[in-house]
Amino acid sequence: MRSIRVIPCLDVDAGRVVKGVRYVDHFDAGDPVELAARYDREGADELTFLDITASHEERDTMVEVVARTAEQVFIPLTVGGGVRGVEDGRRLLRAGAEKIGVNTAAIADPGVVQRLADEFGSQCVVVAIDARRRPEGAGWEVHTHGGRRPTGIDALEWAERAAVLGAGELLVTSMDQDGTREGYDLELLAAIGGSVGVPVVASGGVGTLEHLLDGVTVGRADAVLAASIFHTGAFSVGEAKEFLAGHGVAVRPPAPDRIR
Amino acid sequence: MIEESGRDIVVLDYGIGNLASAHRALVHLGANARLVRRPEDAEGAIGVVLPGVGAFGRSAEALESSGLIEVARQAIAKGTAFLGICVGLQLLFEGSEESPGVAGLGVLEGAVRRLPPGTKSPQIQWNVLEDVPGRPSRMLSGLPGGPWMYFVHSYAPEVGPATVATCDYGGSITAAVEDGHVWGTQFHPEKSGTLGLAVLANFVEFAATRAGVAAL
Repeated sequence: MRSIRVIPCLDVDAGRVVKGVRYVDHFDAGDPVELAARYDREGADELTFLDITASHEERDTMVEVVARTAEQVFIPLTVGGGVRGVEDGRRLLRAGAEKIGVNTAAIADPGVVQRLADEFGSQCVVVAIDARRRPEGAGWEVHTHGGRRPTGIDALEWAERAAVLGAGELLVTSMDQDGTREGYDLELLAAIGGSVGVPVVASGGVGTLEHLLDGVTVGRADAVLAASIFHTGAFSVGEAKEFLAGHGVAVRPPAPDRIR
Repeated sequence: MIEESGRDIVVLDYGIGNLASAHRALVHLGANARLVRRPEDAEGAIGVVLPGVGAFGRSAEALESSGLIEVARQAIAKGTAFLGICVGLQLLFEGSEESPGVAGLGVLEGAVRRLPPGTKSPQIQWNVLEDVPGRPSRMLSGLPGGPWMYFVHSYAPEVGPATVATCDYGGSITAAVEDGHVWGTQFHPEKSGTLGLAVLANFVEFAATRAGVAAL
């Protein structure tokens, strides 16, 4: 059956989880390994780490965070942010990542998507698309560098091309909505989901459990990602899944802590 | 030393993708698990795990060129407990639609086919395992009925005589196989939380029961 994944997202800066509004004003939300373990216990289907560290020197910190998490959390980890090519991907996969997210580097050189897919398989490659609405209903424009730089590229066209190049999944973030807690950009999700054959992860703007449900029913997403509603304790992952299940969405029920 | 190495589960590391995850999960379970890159390092193992990611053809070639394909063949021939995961399961078959002309190990009968039309591919999600009537499964023993496991794949073996669990993804596809000491999972037990760990624990236990007769 088709089921929907609930994915807490951890933005990591220099080894700490942070979350901001519209990509700025970050606040500290704790230790990534501790949070990851908590979300796993609550029934998270997957975890996404986005490395938003500015400096290259701190990149090793992320690899270490992934490695420490993978020693105690046995659900899929997707890691993105600052991945420039196959070698970055390999280091993260070796550390315990299941999937690699690529964004800015793929816009600069779309061949990166293909090389990652050739090397590790499409199922390992997530293309993250940060999109902002163009004025007057003219679609959405892809942004890079953590959402700061417009590219002139149409988000729908890029989504289709990324899937052809070898993306196994798309992580679609609305930058108009991100951090606002006003809900996903449902039109963006539905437009991309309707035009590509690979799974789409909805991201950006969740403030209530209804927003998650809308992402599935209206946005037709295959997975729903959220950060601050989980980090602040407004809702647990378990509550989110109960809510979705209560509205007829197939989700994995919480597993027992241990068997035997 | 000899006694210790004789209790080892080896995870074949043939140089592609994230093959270390299965090793990490086995270590977490307290198994004497080792990642091995050279065939000689697998000597004395009581269980062999063949993980796999990416394309069938590339995996088959990497397994061959690493020489570790011989470890897999020996384990299967000698009766050593064997577990293929994802593409590692697919490699047990003769070939795959994904990579025509590339031979698998040919241990199990049946074809590895593209996921049914009308579905998103790859399947990247958790899905429910369904029992196959008349085919009790050792790997799922002790687990609650209808366990959820994590799948990431675009191809799967068609349901055949070795299938012990299926999942529904636009039709019934093979989720797990058991043919005596040869086990395989299309899902990732190492990424399926506590229930996936329970499958691996069953494999470790199974390997130990065969250790006296079937170590490499």
